[in-house]
Amino acid sequence: MKNRITLILMLLAPLIAQADLKIFVCEPEWEALAKELGGDRIEVSSATNALQDPHYIQARPSLIAKVGRADLIVCSGAQLEIGWLPMLLRKGNNPAVMPGSPGFLTASDYVKKLDVSLDNDRSRGDVHPQGNPHIQTNPHNVLLVAGAMAERMAELDKANRDFYQLNLADFSQRWTAAIANWEERTSVLRGKRVIAHHKSWIYLEAWLGLIEVATLEPVSGIPPTASHLGSLLERFGDKGADYIIRAPFQSDTPSAWLSERTGIPAVLLPLTVGGSDEATNLFTWFDDIINRLLSAGDL
Amino acid sequence: MRAPALGVLWVCLMSSAVPALAQTESELDALRAELAQMRADYELRIAQLEKRLDEAEKQAAGDQTVSLQSENQVSTQADLWQPDPYAGQMADTGNRSSNPAIGVIFQGQVWSYGDDPDDYGIPGFPLGGEAGPLPEGLALGETEINISANVDDKFTAWLTVPIGIEDGEAVVEIEEAWIETMTLPAGLSLRMGRFYSNIGYLNDKHSHSWDFTDQPLAYQAFLGDQYLDDGLQMRWLAPTDLYLELGAQVTRGDKYPAGGAAHSGFGSYALHLRTGGDIGFSNSWQAGLSYLQADADERESGNEDDPLVFTGESDLWMAEFVWKWAPNGNNKQRNFIFQAEYLWRNETGSYTLPGSGVLPYDNDQQGWYLQAVYQPFPRWRIGFRYDHLSSDYPGQAFDGTALMPGSSDPRRYSVMADWSNSEFSRLRLQYTLDQAGFDDDNQWGLQYIFSIGAHGAHSF
Repeated sequence: MKNRITLILMLLAPLIAQADLKIFVCEPEWEALAKELGGDRIEVSSATNALQDPHYIQARPSLIAKVGRADLIVCSGAQLEIGWLPMLLRKGNNPAVMPGSPGFLTASDYVKKLDVSLDNDRSRGDVHPQGNPHIQTNPHNVLLVAGAMAERMAELDKANRDFYQLNLADFSQRWTAAIANWEERTSVLRGKRVIAHHKSWIYLEAWLGLIEVATLEPVSGIPPTASHLGSLLERFGDKGADYIIRAPFQSDTPSAWLSERTGIPAVLLPLTVGGSDEATNLFTWFDDIINRLLSAGDL
Repeated sequence: MRAPALGVLWVCLMSSAVPALAQTESELDALRAELAQMRADYELRIAQLEKRLDEAEKQAAGDQTVSLQSENQVSTQADLWQPDPYAGQMADTGNRSSNPAIGVIFQGQVWSYGDDPDDYGIPGFPLGGEAGPLPEGLALGETEINISANVDDKFTAWLTVPIGIEDGEAVVEIEEAWIETMTLPAGLSLRMGRFYSNIGYLNDKHSHSWDFTDQPLAYQAFLGDQYLDDGLQMRWLAPTDLYLELGAQVTRGDKYPAGGAAHSGFGSYALHLRTGGDIGFSNSWQAGLSYLQADADERESGNEDDPLVFTGESDLWMAEFVWKWAPNGNNKQRNFIFQAEYLWRNETGSYTLPGSGVLPYDNDQQGWYLQAVYQPFPRWRIGFRYDHLSSDYPGQAFDGTALMPGSSDPRRYSVMADWSNSEFSRLRLQYTLDQAGFDDDNQWGLQYIFSIGAHGAHSF
């Protein structure tokens, strides 16, 4: 009997006992950032991958189990995850990661949000009154979140405090240098006009000086309709825009349709790490966004 | 004694090995870190200054080249802002655009039957609770008002008030009114108040999230559509990588299949065990087992004006399985759901039948359904459901009563197609061939479901 108890404990141990700081993130960019800051001293998993629309996933069983065991949750916020994160938190029964505790971090709280609106009338679509949640497409925002995330990791895992801070310093240096390089390369993109599938790119546009002239969705969250595409063809038929951009999880049919008829190049851009074969980490992700814009554009 | 102690020690060692290694370097690291921190701060500030300069340049350039488009020009000052590290960290995790979050769900339908739904009855399965056919013709469905908010840092509260129409009159009910803990340790949570029991897959789903307009026959016959009651519910989430949830509840026992609040108002209890996971990015599943024991004290069922009265014990076992597929898990574009449940019930006690005496009753009954719903492209879904009931022979004494099953098992075949303009709207067409309450009845219906206010939850 005693031997059996020992055996059971030994079998259960790998399931229960883990030394690493366990981080649960909602989007892949924060997973990549956590890896930059925590290296092999953390265990991180993301609720969504780059091929999923992060607004629409469900509070599925595997995610409830992960929330239940997490030490830190990092999500974009601004209602991006409103359909499933509150449900995961309720079912996860984990006081350590409840909002308001050190174990819960909302990335968009640390950046200036754009498109904050007092008007949340849904006839304009599924708008987020707290601002556009896709903050990750401006690399300056990523740096701000990195500072907040490293601080929180250090607070929760004091033994590795110095390790996280060193990594932050190292990351900040490399990232700042990368930003300078990206900004130099993209000066030619300033003022280019963009038709976006969904309003996923306004932070990228603000950063690079691109101008969003329309979206393929008639209103936010409603899939493109034939009549709306028809009106876009009328408006932009005479090359009234420079790019039609979409994320990997959005259907390519509407942008291909419009591109074919207007001659405006349709470009797929990775919205996060993993969104293309090239976007394997935070650095190569932005490299890839910029390469794709530069190579598709008529510059 | 020694062996388990060693086991525990082993567990402790496993969990402390990594920090121990890290500490040997900590003194040197502390110095390095201090330097690094200074450097990082410095760099961040320089970066921001550089940005500000750059932005000013961009702004100037932009003003010249794109002045016509200026109304589309979003602010380019994202990074000038100085973050306040702890500002607003509570934001965005719930429906916080107003406190409390309020949502209203509008439902209505038009339904057509071949036979008169007033004569509906399933031989062998007198219906109780809310079960039964939808009203014939044009009708307003349940208008559901949901109000929820965190009470404080430890409790959260939920209220669902449906306004239904009964005999032409609006009736306000309390469907759910519960308080739940948020900070109990050890993976525990406690819910108190009135709530839908966590048994089965469909039982705690509100009607607006069903994939078909009505509940499967087994839920109608054994749970009065859905079992809800007043009481306490405890849930425990196991600290394992595999999702494993155990739940136990004790309730008053006032609602079908319980009745009469037996045992001084501790009339029923239920247990559930649920597990689930992912297979790759595209597949996820959930499976569960539940048990409900409901004591009935003069429980009424069947015809409302001339009911059957049951006193005894109703034991119900339920097995559930759900499998969901979406390419890369991106369910907005395309997805498929398969769902099946099996219910087995034994009722032991006595029935008082209209116009006759008290008869001892001990009988087993089974019910199951399976359904598949497919979304081929955004907004459109189609679905098929088959549901089935069967009953053992209750004894000769019940010949000619509502408890005697018919010559063939009750069953239905349903197909549906629905269209959702957004997450907040849905229109559905459903056809059912009913071989349960009628003889080969063709039923057609159109239904609408709209929600305003608080954003609904995407539950699995």
